[in-house]
Amino acid sequence: MTDNTLSAADVVLARRELRRRKLSAFLFVAPLLLFLLFAFVAPIATMLVRSFYNPTVANLIPETLEQLAEWDGNALPSDAAQAVFAADLKRLANERSSGKLAEQVNRVFPGSSSVIKSTARRMRRVEDADLQQQGRALLLQANARWGDPEIWKAMAKTGSVYTPNYYLTALDLEASEAGGIQARDGAKIYVTLYTKTLRVAFIITILTFIAGYPLAYYLANAPTKTANMLMVFVLLPFWTSLLVRTTAWIALLQTNGVVNSFLMGIGVTSSPFDMLYTQFSTVLAMTHILLPFMILPLYSVMKGIDPSYMRAAMSMGDRPIPAFLKIYLPMTLPGLSAGALLVFIISVGYYITPALVGGTDGQMISNIIAFHMQQSNNWELAAALGSLLLAIILVLYWVYDRFVGASNIKLG
Amino acid sequence: MPSDTSEVFLKFNNVKKSYDQKSLVVKDFSLDVEKGEFITLLGPSGSGKSTVLMMLAGFEGVTGGDISIAGQSVTRTAPYKRNIGMVFQNYALFPHMTIAENLAYPLQVRKMPKADVKERVNEYLNLIEMGDFGGRYPGQLSGGQRQRVALARALIFEPTLILMDEPLGALDKKLREQMQYEITRLHQKLGFTVIYVTHDQTEALSMSSRIAVFNDGVVQQCAAPAELYERPANAFVADFIGENNFIPGKVVKIAQDQATVAVSGGATITAVASEGLREGGDCVISVRPEKLFIQPTSHAYDNEVKAEHVTHYYVGDFIRYYFKFANGTEINIKVLNDLAAPDFKEGDEGTLVWLTKDCIAFPT
Repeated sequence: MTDNTLSAADVVLARRELRRRKLSAFLFVAPLLLFLLFAFVAPIATMLVRSFYNPTVANLIPETLEQLAEWDGNALPSDAAQAVFAADLKRLANERSSGKLAEQVNRVFPGSSSVIKSTARRMRRVEDADLQQQGRALLLQANARWGDPEIWKAMAKTGSVYTPNYYLTALDLEASEAGGIQARDGAKIYVTLYTKTLRVAFIITILTFIAGYPLAYYLANAPTKTANMLMVFVLLPFWTSLLVRTTAWIALLQTNGVVNSFLMGIGVTSSPFDMLYTQFSTVLAMTHILLPFMILPLYSVMKGIDPSYMRAAMSMGDRPIPAFLKIYLPMTLPGLSAGALLVFIISVGYYITPALVGGTDGQMISNIIAFHMQQSNNWELAAALGSLLLAIILVLYWVYDRFVGASNIKLG
Repeated sequence: MPSDTSEVFLKFNNVKKSYDQKSLVVKDFSLDVEKGEFITLLGPSGSGKSTVLMMLAGFEGVTGGDISIAGQSVTRTAPYKRNIGMVFQNYALFPHMTIAENLAYPLQVRKMPKADVKERVNEYLNLIEMGDFGGRYPGQLSGGQRQRVALARALIFEPTLILMDEPLGALDKKLREQMQYEITRLHQKLGFTVIYVTHDQTEALSMSSRIAVFNDGVVQQCAAPAELYERPANAFVADFIGENNFIPGKVVKIAQDQATVAVSGGATITAVASEGLREGGDCVISVRPEKLFIQPTSHAYDNEVKAEHVTHYYVGDFIRYYFKFANGTEINIKVLNDLAAPDFKEGDEGTLVWLTKDCIAFPT
């Protein structure tokens, strides 16, 4: 019998070797890891936090909120609480940050922005002692709406640091008076947008499959020289700027564009079609842009399938089309799922193309996220919308993994 | 000619193939195969043997000529209507189906009832001694097991003709020998006709009823293994099948199928004259390494040539000696590793002897 165990000295040496290997492995990935940490993980994490953590109001009027915590929420808050708020408003006015408070409260209670701003301007000129004694009267004098409990409720609501409100808004819901959850009045803008985004992404995935599968098959079975040349045409979109490709579609589809001129020229129609700034143009342009993502994984998988499989099926008496469906198609499934997943996920989050050619009809969820980031300045809602989008994609991926198996994905 | 085709099962009639419309890959290939024969197409790669197989299976079109099975021309028949079983070099087992599903595939295509399919699949799994493997996937099997499944799948729908395209090429030596035995066993048991393509001559020699040696799109010789080895029709076959020594010379005279050949350097050799040999023409004499003996020997001999010892290698069961004739021709000799194996040093002179019937003179 041979003894395979290590001596004490061997153990030390073996550990040292292992440590060295681990260290060198870490050093190889360290630059990318650091970069990802700062450029990817950290920003996303802060955005996620922003979607439910909003301390702005809590920082602006901490003392008022303390007082409001004791309020029963039905009638008006107590005189003392109102006086504290008046003092807070004066301080804010002096710090020139009453606008921030106005903006936050206005989101919950539209119309309160001007009330808060104008009252704050008034409070600036009032002595501290007067404020403490007749704060309530001064507020009412400045604006009659301070007699309405709703504005106080809105203030208490925005004052909580952790809030599910942005997620509720993103799902077209709101918190009810009774503390439950109810559907929000008016159009269901966000849910409609989510379903539209998923539907458009699905249509694009199907279209890239219909256009890409036969081409990938042809490329994989063509002579090397032909295949290489055609491959350049597949890759060409990758080497062209996204903006150039999208604007090319604008030139093609616009009212006096190439397509309409052609159709009118050959007499198909007398008046131009409205093709640009519709969902149709979004789908068309994105299918074109995302086609390589479908073709490349399919091509690489098909390239590895020996022609003998189809030959074997036919030698056993199966006709070409059934043999294709039973043998070839299942064998390309890894490439197909990789391509479909890539195209679907990329198109769910696509921004530039819908923004440029989509018009109002062709807007996707990413466009509304961008709108809240850049124009309405509601970063919290944008973060909630983005987090929900991420969650939807993760759920879809999980479903996909259950039914197809993530190990079946093959990119090359 | 009904009487002519009654015994012939598979007939190639002047079959030609060109891929580029310029040159022929297969030139006038003709072959008659009887039912139950094991025919091997043997040749170096690019000799056209696989093309012949693909034309027979229907995956390549026939440029000219005709292929018929049991008297019916199949030249224009679609591959899925030919009822030919095929074993591929990479086995082509469908990776997303279990072994049982793979075996059931040709039966399901033929709309066989489910119960019968199951029974037949089990029967064939047992036939290849893999009864417990029905539920596994091809990826979980070893090379030899995949090979057996591929064979069973080609046989299960009982085709009368089985094609095998280098089926043992991917196996190691030991497995290859096992599978050769397995294929021979099934062939004898089930009595199907086999067209087998290989570039491995030991495989061809040990399995076939007849071997067609291909080179350059032409069949050089089609004969039983022993005849191919002992009586090669030309220098290519002599060189391609087994090992051979080639001694260039000039034919002095031909009498009763025996040629007397003068070898430069003074020696004279008598050899069996092959077809097309002319008196006064150049020729090469082929003689196999194991038919040569070194003096002193108890074997009878007709030819005797002096040669210089160059080197020798110890192989194990035999020793290989290299000699050089006076004209520079190198000769190698296989001598059994027994007590009689002579001891030589470089530069020593020895005398090589052999029988006339063991060497053939081919025209050059």
